[in-house]
Amino acid sequence: MIALLARDLRLAVRAGGGFGLSLAFFLIVTVLVPFGVGPEGGTLARIAPGILWVGALLACLLSLDRIYALDFEDGSLDLLATAPIPMEAVVSVKALAHWLTTGLPLVLAAPVFGVLLHLPGPAFVWLVLSLGVGTPALSVLGAFGAALTVGLKRGGLLLSLLVLPLYMPTLIFGAELIARGASGGATTTPLLMLAGITAATVALVPFAAAAAIRVNLR
Amino acid sequence: MLAIESLAVARGGVAILEGVSFALSAGQALVLRGPNGCGKTTLLRTIAGLQPPLAGRIVAPGDVIAYGAHADGLKATLSVVENLHFWAAVYGQPARVATALAEMNLAALAHRAAMSLSAGQKRRLGLARLLVTGRPVWVLDEPTISLDAASVELFANALRAHLGTGGAALIATHIDIGLVATATLDLTAHKARAPQDGGAAGGFDEAFA
Repeated sequence: MIALLARDLRLAVRAGGGFGLSLAFFLIVTVLVPFGVGPEGGTLARIAPGILWVGALLACLLSLDRIYALDFEDGSLDLLATAPIPMEAVVSVKALAHWLTTGLPLVLAAPVFGVLLHLPGPAFVWLVLSLGVGTPALSVLGAFGAALTVGLKRGGLLLSLLVLPLYMPTLIFGAELIARGASGGATTTPLLMLAGITAATVALVPFAAAAAIRVNLR
Repeated sequence: MLAIESLAVARGGVAILEGVSFALSAGQALVLRGPNGCGKTTLLRTIAGLQPPLAGRIVAPGDVIAYGAHADGLKATLSVVENLHFWAAVYGQPARVATALAEMNLAALAHRAAMSLSAGQKRRLGLARLLVTGRPVWVLDEPTISLDAASVELFANALRAHLGTGGAALIATHIDIGLVATATLDLTAHKARAPQDGGAAGGFDEAFA
């Protein structure tokens, strides 16, 4: 399993691996929004939590179809399915690799992008915490959506439509956590809800994703 | 090591083979023959556990089968040795990489990226992957495609060594690999009957019955 993780990370940073694509997309969104809505600090500060989360979510969505598509095309997925690693572990490791190459860079870069959106000072801690706790759920849910569409050519559209509703709770509680952090409100409830969603997703969804892959490989 | 009892398999919801039975013991190789589309690949995928059989049983101890498909499962941006190390680690056999490279005559190419290999070299790497699994039963789908005569000989040697050390192999192929003692099973005789003639219905029909 460590070998699989190491391989996926290595593939992501090699030529054509797509590492940095999500980060660049996130950057584009956060740079463009101030131009679109105007430079007025109060407005930007108010919409910043939502924009940052929507940006992170779309950036994550961008690379989802690559989770298994390349492995499916070159036959690795068939071989992994017959290898002595349970499919659930393959799914979990691939979701982890996806998070390490898309979610984690977003979490680390978010404070810089927060400055671009005039995010209030006290909210920065909550921004990092919110994305850090919430983005693993995006990767795991995305791995499930990608598993459902693994055999389809150009399954990206269907994948986005399948996954977006599943992302809603994370988006709502994630943005709410930052907004409350910015205004000095009570942050415990959204933080616990966000953490709960991620914990449940990471624990349960790999089983569903593995079942979907097994069906799709038939 | 591997016994197949009146197996029926379906592809895309249509039953294509039925009543396939054979047994493989240590040191034996069985060659599957039949025209294109007769169900060789589907049978091998079923035996490898990638899809459930329509009927019948596959009797094998756990973790004995190494499946080699049409696609080699190589990562173009990884080097030859990185590809092999990955599969060796998955199967917990890191010590086999060097011998596999040598047996498939890939040592000189070890640090080349897989994308710069020729089709035959890729196939040799795919077969080397099989060697690093350390599994006793090889289930191979057209293993000699795009290999030249010398490479087919390499493969035949590896296969002979594998059978000699108590392995077994099930191979779908159209060419003569040059093994003396191989049994051959022609799948034409096992073509599935249509459901109205008493054949098994495919999974698709079942789901909508």
